[in-house]
Amino acid sequence: MDNVVEIKNITKKFGSYKANDNISLQLKKGEILALLGENGAGKSTLMGMLSGLLEPTSGEILINGHKAVMNNPRDAKKLGIGMVHQHFMLIPAFSVLENIILGDEPTKGSFIDYKKAATEIQKLAQKYHLDINLNAKVRDITVGMQQRVEIMKALYRKANIFIFDEPTAALTPQEIDQLIKILRALAAEGKAVIFITHKLKEIKEVADRCVVIRMGKVIDTVKVSETKEETLAEMMVGRKVNLALDKKTVPQDKLVLEVKNLEVDAHKRRKVSDFNLTIHEGEIVGIAGVDGNGQSELIEAITGLRKVRAGSIKVDGKELQNYSARKISEAGVGCIPEDRQNVGLILPLTIAENLALKDYYHEPISKYGLLNYKLINQNGRKLIKDFDIRSQSEKELVGDLSGGNQQKVIVAREIAKEPKLLIAANPTRGVDIGAIEYIHEKIMEQRNAGRAVLLVSFELDEILKLSDRIIVIHEGKVVGQIDPQNTSSEELGLMMAGKTPVSTGIER
Amino acid sequence: MLSKSFKGISNALISIFAGFIVGAIVMLSFGYDPLQNYQNLLVGAFGDIYSIGETLRNMISLILTALGFAVASKAGFFNIGGPGQYLVGWFSTIAFTLNFSHLPGFLLITGGLLCGAVAGGIWSMIAGVLRAYFGTSEVITTIMLNYIALYFVNFAVKNWLAAKGSDSSPNIVRKASLNTNFLQEITHNSTFNWGFFIALIVVALIWFYFNKTRSGFETKTVGLNESASKYAGVNVKRTIVIAMLISGLLAGLGGAIDGLGNFQNISVSNNLPSVGFNGMAVALLAAENPIGIVFSALLFSALQIGGLSISVYSNTPSEIVDIVIAAIIFFVSIKYVFELLLKKRWFAKKRVSEKEGADK
Amino acid sequence: MSLTTILMTVFSTTLIYAAPLIFTALGGTFSERSGIVNVGLEGMMIVGAFSSTVFNLSFANVLGNATPWISLLVGAVFGLLFSILHAVATVTFRANHIISGTVLNLMAPALCVFLTRIIYNGKGQTPVIDQSMGSFTFPGLSQLPFVGKVLFSRTSLVAFVAVFIGILSWYILYRTNIGLRLRSVGENPTAADTLGINVGKYRYLGVLISGFLGGIGGAVMAQSITLNFSASTISGQGFMSLAAMIFGKWNPLGATGAAIFFGLAQSLPIIGGYVPVLSQVNSVWFQIAPYAITIIVLVFFLGKAVAPAADGQNYIKGK
Repeated sequence: MDNVVEIKNITKKFGSYKANDNISLQLKKGEILALLGENGAGKSTLMGMLSGLLEPTSGEILINGHKAVMNNPRDAKKLGIGMVHQHFMLIPAFSVLENIILGDEPTKGSFIDYKKAATEIQKLAQKYHLDINLNAKVRDITVGMQQRVEIMKALYRKANIFIFDEPTAALTPQEIDQLIKILRALAAEGKAVIFITHKLKEIKEVADRCVVIRMGKVIDTVKVSETKEETLAEMMVGRKVNLALDKKTVPQDKLVLEVKNLEVDAHKRRKVSDFNLTIHEGEIVGIAGVDGNGQSELIEAITGLRKVRAGSIKVDGKELQNYSARKISEAGVGCIPEDRQNVGLILPLTIAENLALKDYYHEPISKYGLLNYKLINQNGRKLIKDFDIRSQSEKELVGDLSGGNQQKVIVAREIAKEPKLLIAANPTRGVDIGAIEYIHEKIMEQRNAGRAVLLVSFELDEILKLSDRIIVIHEGKVVGQIDPQNTSSEELGLMMAGKTPVSTGIER
Repeated sequence: MLSKSFKGISNALISIFAGFIVGAIVMLSFGYDPLQNYQNLLVGAFGDIYSIGETLRNMISLILTALGFAVASKAGFFNIGGPGQYLVGWFSTIAFTLNFSHLPGFLLITGGLLCGAVAGGIWSMIAGVLRAYFGTSEVITTIMLNYIALYFVNFAVKNWLAAKGSDSSPNIVRKASLNTNFLQEITHNSTFNWGFFIALIVVALIWFYFNKTRSGFETKTVGLNESASKYAGVNVKRTIVIAMLISGLLAGLGGAIDGLGNFQNISVSNNLPSVGFNGMAVALLAAENPIGIVFSALLFSALQIGGLSISVYSNTPSEIVDIVIAAIIFFVSIKYVFELLLKKRWFAKKRVSEKEGADK
Repeated sequence: MSLTTILMTVFSTTLIYAAPLIFTALGGTFSERSGIVNVGLEGMMIVGAFSSTVFNLSFANVLGNATPWISLLVGAVFGLLFSILHAVATVTFRANHIISGTVLNLMAPALCVFLTRIIYNGKGQTPVIDQSMGSFTFPGLSQLPFVGKVLFSRTSLVAFVAVFIGILSWYILYRTNIGLRLRSVGENPTAADTLGINVGKYRYLGVLISGFLGGIGGAVMAQSITLNFSASTISGQGFMSLAAMIFGKWNPLGATGAAIFFGLAQSLPIIGGYVPVLSQVNSVWFQIAPYAITIIVLVFFLGKAVAPAADGQNYIKGK
């Protein structure tokens, strides 16, 4: 028996809802196993049980052939299971060293023996080629290094089973390459690795076998080398995926957005500099770049949430830089923000109130400082019907809606105002394929109706598919403009990392 | 919506009941008779016209400071500055009426109340401005402003209002009092005064503000989600300052009415007026609902006024009512437990039925 | 009056007023470092002041000179017991920390004055204690030229203990594994939990230490300054300690320093009479100074970032 992990017929219920339904899988020593599934398919629940955060309703887990009882993360750790979470479990105010040893500190007398800890960690770092700076504070290091700290945390605890939860989500293509090397090194040393993802390309590159789960059930376990990407996708979604979009030819002559020499600061650092951007009617311009390269600040500057240091922003020829968010909204700029629950909506308010968030303050809804709730609710009912928002009534709280329907409330509010410029920031992050299709359709509809669209996304495929033109941003600067028709995602990846701007640029 | 307010009321009732039980246990363990004492309390609060007048009068500042706390809280702020705002309100009103005693009664009263409300408002707005423009925690600044108010008012009373060697200001002129002869006659010389009706009007205004006005809506949105409000174009900083201003106006008005209606003067004090903290308790029990605040103020006022007769008719220390009040708020603060208990019972039933299903 | 005597008076009065604040501010630091906001320090001090005074009055004839010191421990124990209320409410029952702290501040004076009336025949204040903490002269050290007289003669021994506890607290928080874990649950409880650290346990620990130290703080107040207990024994010292903790950036050494500074500010009106320049200044400014300075420092010198990241947030497992 060389099965390090064996999951046997595990079921996990929350109330009457089965998050995992009779799941079984095996993991061997030195193997990299991919776990593929959509958001909400039950991957995290399964890994939660494997890392001691959740208890299975029925079924059992064998570790090294013995039945494992894990009541808390500590138990899982003792069995050699190390988890690298998608949202890093690090403490920004602590040093890298403190983060690694926390909970398992070597002590001398009653004091922590930092020297001993450091020596031990340095040894591991050399063995696995993990480049980390032990004395830096975690809040000062890059995302890539934070992930290496997470890996080191598991190594330090002598883990031999590694679980990686969506590890590539926030990495640059180069950091992903580095991670894949580390994964191979781990496997070569005889560690077993589970790699959770919904990205097919990475599975093809690194995994030996792949378990596909959908709606809490295992659909199939396949050898990666013998399976095509398309097949994996179909198994994951459960139907043929048709993501083709109806991109009409529309006139793209009239300039809508013109950003010139823009400079934006955040937290006393230059986040956007010397930035130029134009978008025309009927055009989708995609901004490609790794998270944290000035995209958020760019959007905040355009929508009036952040001060502009220098440069100009014109919409329809009117200068709008440093206007208030409300003035800019009135000038015809709509925005689907990335953080729907915290920025796009006010969850404890009703659907109708949320739909009125950008119109409540002027006539006819507001007169003499008083609000006309009858009108608010009436408008709400209309938009709910037009945009097919599934709800009981317009007075239902938005917080009680499903994620997909919450997204629809925002889309409805922003599109109903018929903006000249629509900004969409990672509009499909964290939603499932059905909702992705809906949102992509709506964005394309806006373009085809002759509106200008600014799409910011970390998903290269999304950018390549929707955009008429792509601008690559790195450290707040434009590194190149490219035509999605003649660019591969590899080239795009290189540019996003700030490497050699390839001039496939189209002149505009 | 109905079920939500139902849940709020049932939480409050459970907390009140549990608070009285705690009081009873404390009394029993020291050999006092809880039933007799609670009866004395009830009689002390509502037994005759005079007591009712006192209880209603005591409600005024509780209602106003509670409303003040609630307004700030709706905007997402913990205004613990009620005591300080009440105090500067009280002081400013007395200072105004003493200095302009030649004015006709109506102007004197209106001016005095306005003066007190504005002083309270400014005091609280300092914290609002610091929060809005510098991000300074309002919890800390309002606490600090409380003590600054205390020491400053003590200094001002002693040096500017009181006669040499005295710790109290002179009394205001009779025409400035809210406690008129007519009210004294019908309430058997209690301190009940016109301020009670002012407080009720303010309750209605605040209800209207939150449910019908644009500014009230903005205050609510900022309190529920600051970044979403900013994104929707609400001027968050202005809204914070306005909410804190209103909050302080109300607490200041509470001090003003107590000054003109109840105390008729102001004295040096070692401690912050407890009404500010009690007003916070009133608001918490009422879950910050303006209408609920009236009832919760009635309860706390009755406890305080009735509590005085506890120590008159028995040797039970009257502090027992403060213990009851603190216990009630303790239970309000852990309302999550009640919700959990209700849910657990419901879940437990469900789980049993599920298990049965699984076994079959 | 000679310069040495003036300095000695300034120094010792400062320490006398600083001592209660140091203990309590350190208590607040432990609580907030573990992620539990503690506006209930005032209540904890009240309980400490009350219990220590009652103990002192009851056992002074048996314990003699040692009474005030043992009274401090009694105050500490009752402060700790009282703080359980805050820990249960916030950690176990997920109450809002500020509401729960306010409950402590409402409950403590009610309960303590209630008990005072029961114990002392209906009176709202206790008699004055006979065995109080007097001044202390360090043998040996006080013989040093100049420094010996200014720092080590007729001074407050308990304040020196307080400073020592401050240094010890720094070592505990920043050099031991208990400290590292306690701080980790105040920064990111979810991360700490995944490493097998019992979040609830360390938060209880933080709050109970704050009750222990807050109780001592209140007891010091009663044993060395007011010398009896009444409703006004503790009037704002808990909040001032909270201010010292913030002023000291949630760091034990900083909190100790800030508390000494506030002690200086509080002692100024008293020593002002001896110092020509200060006697011109009205004492109200000295009374207001600590509070005003805290606000100014908060506004201009401290960002929001220095508080522990998860301070005030309840931890709900599995979310």
